[in-house]
Amino acid sequence: MVSAPETHDLPHPSEASDISDIRVDSVGDFTFPERNKFDSGFGITSKTVDYIADVKGDPDWIREFRHKALKIFQDKPMPTHWATKDLENIKFDEFRYYLSDGQKPKRSWDDVPEDVKKTFDRLGIPEQERKFLAGVEAQYDSEAAYSNIKAAVSEQGVIFVNSTEGLHKHPEIFRKWFGKVIPTGDNKFSALNSAVFSGGSFIYVPPGVKVSHPLQAYFRINSEQFGQFERTLIIADEGSEVMYMEGCTAPKFETSTLHSAVVELVAMKGAKIQYVTVQNWSSNVFNLVTKRGIAHEDAVVKWIDCNIGSRLTMKYPGVIMKGKRARGEVISIALANSGQHQDTGAKMVHAADDTTSNVISKSISIGEGRSTYRGLVHIPKHLKGCKNNTECDALLINSNSHTDTYPAISVRGNQHSTQHEASVSQVSSDQIFYLMQRGLSEAEAMSLSVNGFINDLAKEFPMEYSVELKRLIDLEMEGSVG
Amino acid sequence: MSLEIKNLHAQIPGREILKGLNLTINPGEVHAIMGPNGSGKSTLSKVLCGHEDYEVTSGEVLLDGENILEMAVDARSRAGLFLAFQYPHEIPGVSNANFLRAALKARLPKGEDIDAVKFYKTMYARMDALEMDRSFTSRSVNEGFSGGEKKRNEILQLMMLEPKYAILDETDSGLDIDALKIVSRGVNAMRSENRGFLVITHYQRLLNYIQPDIVHVLKDGRIVKTGGKELSLELEERGYDWVTEEAVAA
Repeated sequence: MVSAPETHDLPHPSEASDISDIRVDSVGDFTFPERNKFDSGFGITSKTVDYIADVKGDPDWIREFRHKALKIFQDKPMPTHWATKDLENIKFDEFRYYLSDGQKPKRSWDDVPEDVKKTFDRLGIPEQERKFLAGVEAQYDSEAAYSNIKAAVSEQGVIFVNSTEGLHKHPEIFRKWFGKVIPTGDNKFSALNSAVFSGGSFIYVPPGVKVSHPLQAYFRINSEQFGQFERTLIIADEGSEVMYMEGCTAPKFETSTLHSAVVELVAMKGAKIQYVTVQNWSSNVFNLVTKRGIAHEDAVVKWIDCNIGSRLTMKYPGVIMKGKRARGEVISIALANSGQHQDTGAKMVHAADDTTSNVISKSISIGEGRSTYRGLVHIPKHLKGCKNNTECDALLINSNSHTDTYPAISVRGNQHSTQHEASVSQVSSDQIFYLMQRGLSEAEAMSLSVNGFINDLAKEFPMEYSVELKRLIDLEMEGSVG
Repeated sequence: MSLEIKNLHAQIPGREILKGLNLTINPGEVHAIMGPNGSGKSTLSKVLCGHEDYEVTSGEVLLDGENILEMAVDARSRAGLFLAFQYPHEIPGVSNANFLRAALKARLPKGEDIDAVKFYKTMYARMDALEMDRSFTSRSVNEGFSGGEKKRNEILQLMMLEPKYAILDETDSGLDIDALKIVSRGVNAMRSENRGFLVITHYQRLLNYIQPDIVHVLKDGRIVKTGGKELSLELEERGYDWVTEEAVAA
């Protein structure tokens, strides 16, 4: 194994880490100068993969796994035959696939480099940790800068580390499930992630342990022309319960940024996993994420997903209900502003008797924004007693906003029940007039209407996140009216 | 100090609806505007509040001396103008309490919030006066409300926002006699020497409960006759046709 080369040509502006030196436009739109010790350079080849494997000290099986994945990524065509042509605008040669300052994640915020600490301070992460979290991982570009779990939780045997530490320190659990829920070749972007993955969380909850507070990861992109490829694997053993929350932001660059994660969840017999996402990407981010969970007998996997921002998001969280009476849920909110396309939905695969799935999706299109719902529900003929409920509601703010719905529900056999409801509504000018007549500005009137539209789903989010959600919507509406 | 409407002309594309309307409402006065269908009654209320469907082609509207025609809809509201809608809108997912809080907060300097305890206390007292059940605070604004409940809710908003000038647009339509009494009681409780009212109605019945100081007849976009409250009784009896004739004769 070669030692990782130091990067050259990159400035080391550590002195420029004062807040006054950074651009500040909105909540997540600020950046610090790069000071990366490790930089894989532009483009993706087998050398890139080796570089990453070297820097990370991967075991051989992971290195092989990466190389196989790269081949699949290169061979697979872009899925433009069903998805948007905008995917063709991704220039894989113009991204860097690994950036890190070479430091190990710190257990204390005091040890985190000043600029990184300031970043997460601005995003309110340490404060949230103190208030209501059982553990936090904060990822900065390719690697975690901070990772900590409260002592009381780790004493219960809960493991919460980054994926690198997971595969090195807990190979017996990691290897058993890694890549099993989402095979490398599932799609072009899961293959890309498998080739260059770095960061993300590894969580294991022992049998019967109910983690009382949420575990949270925050994914921050700081650098330009960069791709973030975190890999998360959560295993909830029999009868256990865990809630995981993730947030993400990136600064707004002139060039595009790529975020392509793979998230695998395994809920063993009677376990419950809730996975909450509130993402607020800037409008230059291609966000192409594969998320899926397996629910064994009597287990529950619930995705609560909120997509704000990005140029293009393609994300369809899925649940494979593998054991009897398993339950899968996807609750999602998508907000597409001008120049944005939210192509989101859910995949529900029923693979055992008496399984239940529930999909509730609400999308909001503002200005020339476009939101698309794509859903797949599969109930095969040999099963009985399966139930699915799908509801998708779209709200259009302007006459040139756009929404499409593509539900694919395949139910075979006659011992199942499914129902599907869809609606499209528009915030009428008379409704805005009514609200403004009571003294609300146009932006406040829009915000209130939008928050009302998603109100029943916002209640599914933990309180702190639903407050954040409301604030993000207010910001979006403020920017969208003259 | 007054709400002064001077020579107001307003149109929708291709059709003039208000054709030189003059009216002055002083604080403490209750004016009623009556008129046949299509005379421009509801248009007047929407034009005063700045609805985008109507274009003002000439004239002025001064609220305590300030020309509000230059102001946005929300600024007119904050300046003290309130409209109780004939057809109040439903706002799904937004609770009545949150809506009222947002409206009150919009009147405060940026960054300030209202005192929640005081707010609920005031709101409950006013809801009691309107015989509204407490459950209305958490129900979505007007969603699933009966016609009468919607009208009561309009008056609740009037009572909470305490405007300088309030326009009631056909507040009696769709109300049974009991609801009419309750709504009128709410309005009467808000009558004060600091507040002016413009009550738009098709029928004299409402004016038995909200007694006007001055009654105007609106016809074809202009006020054609003004009198005391006895005028409304005469209109009820004789209809509107004779008023037109009189105006033409004059």
